[in-house]
Amino acid sequence: MSIARRSFDTLIIGAGGGGLRAALQLSRADARVAVVSKVFPTRSHTVAAQGGVNAALANVVPDNWHWHMFDTVKGSDYLGDQDAIEYMCRAAPRVVYELEHFGVPFSRLDSGRIYQRAFGGQSRDFGGDQAVRTCAAADRTGHAILHSLYQQNIRARTHFFDEFFAVDLIRDQDGYFLGALALEIATGEPILIEAKTTIIATGGVGQLFRNNTNALINTGDGMAMALRAGVPVQDMEFFQFHPTGIAGKGMLITEAARGEGGYLLNGEGERFMERYAPNAKDLASRDVVSRSIATEIREGRGAGPKKDHVLLKVDHLGTDVVRKRLPGIRDMAMTFLHLDPAETPIPVSPTAHYTMGGIPTDRHGQVVVPERHGAEEAVPGLYAVGECACVSVHGANRLGGNSLLDILVFGRAAARHVIGHLAEQHFHRPLPEGAADAAMARLERWNTPRKGESVPHLRAEMGRVMEDHCGVFRNEEVLQDGQKKMLELQERMKDASISDYSQVFNTARIEAMELENLMDLGVATVTSALARKESRGAHSRIDYPERDDIHWLRHSLFGMDGIQMDYKPVRMKPLTVDSFPPRKRTY
Amino acid sequence: MKFSIYRYNPDQGRKPYMQDYDLPDGHIESGMMLLDALLLLKAEDESLSFRRSCQEGVCGSDGMNINGRNGLACITPLAELKQPIAIRPLPGMPVVRDLVVDLSQFYRQYRTVKPFLINDDPCPEVERLQSPQEREQLDGLYECILCACCSTSCPSFWWNPDRFLGPAALLQSWRFLADSRDQGAEVRLSDLEGPFRLFRCHTIMNCVDVCPKNLNPARAIGKIKELMVKRSL
Repeated sequence: MSIARRSFDTLIIGAGGGGLRAALQLSRADARVAVVSKVFPTRSHTVAAQGGVNAALANVVPDNWHWHMFDTVKGSDYLGDQDAIEYMCRAAPRVVYELEHFGVPFSRLDSGRIYQRAFGGQSRDFGGDQAVRTCAAADRTGHAILHSLYQQNIRARTHFFDEFFAVDLIRDQDGYFLGALALEIATGEPILIEAKTTIIATGGVGQLFRNNTNALINTGDGMAMALRAGVPVQDMEFFQFHPTGIAGKGMLITEAARGEGGYLLNGEGERFMERYAPNAKDLASRDVVSRSIATEIREGRGAGPKKDHVLLKVDHLGTDVVRKRLPGIRDMAMTFLHLDPAETPIPVSPTAHYTMGGIPTDRHGQVVVPERHGAEEAVPGLYAVGECACVSVHGANRLGGNSLLDILVFGRAAARHVIGHLAEQHFHRPLPEGAADAAMARLERWNTPRKGESVPHLRAEMGRVMEDHCGVFRNEEVLQDGQKKMLELQERMKDASISDYSQVFNTARIEAMELENLMDLGVATVTSALARKESRGAHSRIDYPERDDIHWLRHSLFGMDGIQMDYKPVRMKPLTVDSFPPRKRTY
Repeated sequence: MKFSIYRYNPDQGRKPYMQDYDLPDGHIESGMMLLDALLLLKAEDESLSFRRSCQEGVCGSDGMNINGRNGLACITPLAELKQPIAIRPLPGMPVVRDLVVDLSQFYRQYRTVKPFLINDDPCPEVERLQSPQEREQLDGLYECILCACCSTSCPSFWWNPDRFLGPAALLQSWRFLADSRDQGAEVRLSDLEGPFRLFRCHTIMNCVDVCPKNLNPARAIGKIKELMVKRSL
């Protein structure tokens, strides 16, 4: 069977903020760019980001990038790479100003400058007073940014392949990445997209967990593709539980609710964060607040008839502030809970939210893998940006407002690096005979009936296993059991079957391939968590409650060859400033 | 709970038909949205195709016609719907399969209005200034999620899909015309001249009625018309 072929300078897989920021830079530099996305670009999950993007603009109170850097390193529980963090925090004001020039409708201060609000884990003067650093368009910042980036890409005439599902990366014998095989969802036709460079920008894997804040499309496709192509995934044990998902349902209530002055109450009406974080209180780092909520609930101080959540109170801020600064979450609370947060507190609980781990890259977005002996090296032609990547700027815990920043800074950085690469590489490497065979086999597997279980059934079970065995608090026994169950599920997946074999818009087949991706990443996550015998950031081991910098100040790498763990050092040396050595972390 | 859902798969060489589904009461929880029910039905019948993603009304994937009215399945409460719940694809668009319509034309119309900020001044080193009052002009405009509920409920759009731009695209046009930072007014307005692109709007107001984000495309169209008139004087 002959497969349709297209050829571009750069293939970008994923059309969220990271992919679109990279595409814009490349299109403006006259590179031929193809953006492949399984959904129309503005439906990517960046659209759901609410609170804002961090940059030390100092529009409200004094600020500078170095303080932002300190907060990010501390927030990461010292697992973040300090060269990449310095780069990101220094680039932040510039990328935010660029966004404004692209047309993002930021909220404004009376001075006419971009509105900034307080967010968790952010300070002035290296741990002093609360900073005001998060640039916002009401509580719809992700929507505003994603639409503006798409709009500018229309102007730049970027080539889009909308509703194409990337099946697998193509790699030659010498290890060069040459593009990907994709499936046009509307027709079921495969297409081989050849490219000198490929940027993976497929987002996170929140769908691992039954209850999560993520869109249904967040199935970690790019991370799983990289794994299958022999690239390990890094720091997968660090999964962020957002403190304030709507209890039992999962929709996100932005940290901006607390940034604007809201606070949490337990079932006894106590403002409990004062006990856990005497200074920052409700604006401590997310890992700290989530653990505090989970502890309140475990110790019987939850709210509601089942005592299974806490309350987020914003009604004291007044109707004006709620309507003006938090209109999106007001809508959401009215729609899903039939309550107006300007009058009634919102029931919330910690909910799976963000993948700190991902495909290991350097600060240019180049994918890096360990060499057999010594330092790591870049994988030729392959880049990753955004939530699917692990630079690592978030380390063991991401600060609110740093994920939008991450996608913008590294989308742009990767594109700039690609432009340099393209200047030297004038021709495509030849596509070897049968280059797409493995990827086609993956696709074909779902065209033939089997006798196994159904995909929705396996997906539901996986979500429960991950939630029960890899949640906010973990221990050896629970993780071991979880790993066993995930490996069993991964096996059962091989026999899974679907009942729809038609070619036109076959969503059953897409969901089956998404679940294959989820299964591999679930195994990676639980295995990495089982191996790390310390508590750091979002990874809380009841049996190892302390951080252990002597043995565990290092990144985890999980590869598909067996279920082996490998490790690499944290880059403690920033680009120009002094290193922030690990210190006890209190808020 | 009873459903009657539009089915069509060109692969099967069969004409479109309505299929009945029954969701056992035991599956239904209070506060459930229509999308939750569709996902449960799909778990039993994998061949039922529809778009969905965020499940909270911000991505705009799951626009469909629900008991005769366009809306987003993920923010439409089941309890408010009369049974059997009749679900059809968005009207006036070619159906790809089941509830999935071909939105190419809708997106083309969006691109036609130059939906991006035009400002050819050199960029300042910092942000361009905009007062809170100027910024307020964009509220009710920038929030559009391109779900196509409005355009596909508009009779003017049904009759002249190739010539009338439809409420969604025109709302976007006004979003930039209303932006104090934009310098593209002349070209934007020139592009909208003639009897069809803009002026086919007869203020039927279906767009306002169905918009799941409570936006008001008809008012935006009215504002553009006012500008057009001012400009011609």
